[in-house]
Amino acid sequence: MHSFAEMSARERLAALVDAGSFHEWLPPSERVTSPHLAQLGVPAAFDDGVAIGRATLAGRAVFVAAQEGGFMGGGVGEVHGAKLVGLLRRALRDRPDAVLVLAESGGVRLHEANAGLIAVSEVMRALLDVRAAGIATVMLIGGANGCFGGMGIVARCADTVVMSDIARHAMSGPEVIESAHGAGEFDSRDRALVWRTTGGKHRWLCGDCDVLVDDDAAAFRDAAIAALDAQRPLTLEALQQESALLQARADLDDDNADAFVLWSRLGVPDARAVPDLDADALRPLRPAAVAALARGGA
Amino acid sequence: METLHFAFDGGTAPAPFAPTLVGVVASGNLEVLVEPSPDTGCRIDVDTSARGFGAVWEAVLRDFHERHGIAGLSIAIHDMGATPAVVSLRLDQVIAAIQGVTP
Amino acid sequence: MDWRTVVTRLFGACHAIAADGEFLGGMAVFEGTALAVVGTTNHAAVGVDLALRQARAVLATIAEHPGRPLLLLVDTQGQALRRRDELLGIHRAMAHLGCCLDLARRRGHPVVGLVYDQALSGGFITSGLMADVCHALPEAEIRVMRVPAMARVTKLPEDLLESLSRTNPVFAPGVANYVAMGGVRSLWGDDLAAGLRAALADRDTADRRAEEGARRGGRRAAADVIRRVLEA
Repeated sequence: MHSFAEMSARERLAALVDAGSFHEWLPPSERVTSPHLAQLGVPAAFDDGVAIGRATLAGRAVFVAAQEGGFMGGGVGEVHGAKLVGLLRRALRDRPDAVLVLAESGGVRLHEANAGLIAVSEVMRALLDVRAAGIATVMLIGGANGCFGGMGIVARCADTVVMSDIARHAMSGPEVIESAHGAGEFDSRDRALVWRTTGGKHRWLCGDCDVLVDDDAAAFRDAAIAALDAQRPLTLEALQQESALLQARADLDDDNADAFVLWSRLGVPDARAVPDLDADALRPLRPAAVAALARGGA
Repeated sequence: METLHFAFDGGTAPAPFAPTLVGVVASGNLEVLVEPSPDTGCRIDVDTSARGFGAVWEAVLRDFHERHGIAGLSIAIHDMGATPAVVSLRLDQVIAAIQGVTP
Repeated sequence: MDWRTVVTRLFGACHAIAADGEFLGGMAVFEGTALAVVGTTNHAAVGVDLALRQARAVLATIAEHPGRPLLLLVDTQGQALRRRDELLGIHRAMAHLGCCLDLARRRGHPVVGLVYDQALSGGFITSGLMADVCHALPEAEIRVMRVPAMARVTKLPEDLLESLSRTNPVFAPGVANYVAMGGVRSLWGDDLAAGLRAALADRDTADRRAEEGARRGGRRAAADVIRRVLEA
């Protein structure tokens, strides 16, 4: 097993696609960097924190993007966002089988504030255009920083979200919530609480991620290959069904209960044992009714 | 942030290579981009988040140049407070990468 | 501006829009055309329940009134900062609302956004920024995060961020900046009806914000980078 979380974005990308198949657009040597960081005394990155390009996956043509969580927390700035938008718009023109994003991001890059906010929205619109065109869109979330903020919203706009059991997918980090409403609201130092509220195991059990894998590069590759044919068209009927299921799930927690309680109410047997289970042991425990909120099966 | 420029004479040009990047601009880390240069010697440009370490960079980079003896390189660095050991490591890694040596 | 003032100035008495808590919804008749109105008030913190409520209103419009224009009235302090909303997947509820608005657009509903008071962060991403085009009132405030919180997260000094917020378009929260950057199409003057009339007449649903940001000079790099990726 090779820990996906411990790899850099470029290492993950190399492990994901067919060996040697990645061709990068706007590579580091072209120095397409942020125009906004120097004024804050922050060094730029040659690729502005995201590598994009085309590759093959099990022999099939795909477009890929890999966000580097180590640079500015993977935050989306003007150039970073535009690289993603360009990739998605190019996909509409060139029609690969899928667009895969290795997503690790805190969301809008605060150092670029307004430009980052608009950029995230442009990525969201472009992603939904690709999805509507019938091209599979896949988010692979497995980095230590997780996928948060505006990128958390964008990622859930894709057909398929793959998470490792140690990854997180949410909006606001626990520190931000604790800062706003105190440790009683959300104790950011309680790691077990944080992971059962926003981590891969919880997202799997409650239906917010479609595939659960180990923290292993090969497992992510296998999941990505399976996702190449897992389009889920956004029809009125599909959104109406999702609306009802999301509301029903929210109604299960009208008393601000903990994840353990929510899991039990969803029908997970022995909720307390969940944190100790690995992905293989956990996968079959997702209740059948929850699978309707995601695709069925891993 | 501080921007530093260095140039070292001498050395042997390597076999042709494509622009190569190692590292990440993360806290305590750096990225190093190396490209072929038609000039003799070795040119190194550094953008670093830490100010006032010019003498340390000079020493580390001079040592790197003497250790590898390679000319015809243009090296660009974005540094986020890496220690000299990490800087030397990344430079060694990028040279290994352009020489096709698997680390 | 209070939502009632906005609604009265736009529609006079020709509306059945009501606030239910922080949810705004209903319909109005504007110059002979029926519109659906969906939004929030009272600087709402958008949690799972409010996001889903808005999504249901959008879906009802699509199902029951094909082609009816949707006016999004935006006044939000951003996503709710609560453990329960994270547990229940606020990111999912917001993505769902965004997908519903996107479906409305694809099914031929004009979707017009108006920031009439505040728009922050995730609350804005999932509403006004998912409209075909977003407009704002001149006195509205649009920003990612308030300076003290931004200082805590970025570790940049508060006074540096305050100073940048006054002088630098990337940081300044004024809506004029968002217009210059292409994020907002126009500011509606005193004649709100003229603003809405023009917005409804514009049937272009492509995302032109990067082009507009370049043309207006507030955000020059994005359009160029997008073009370079297409040509690479």
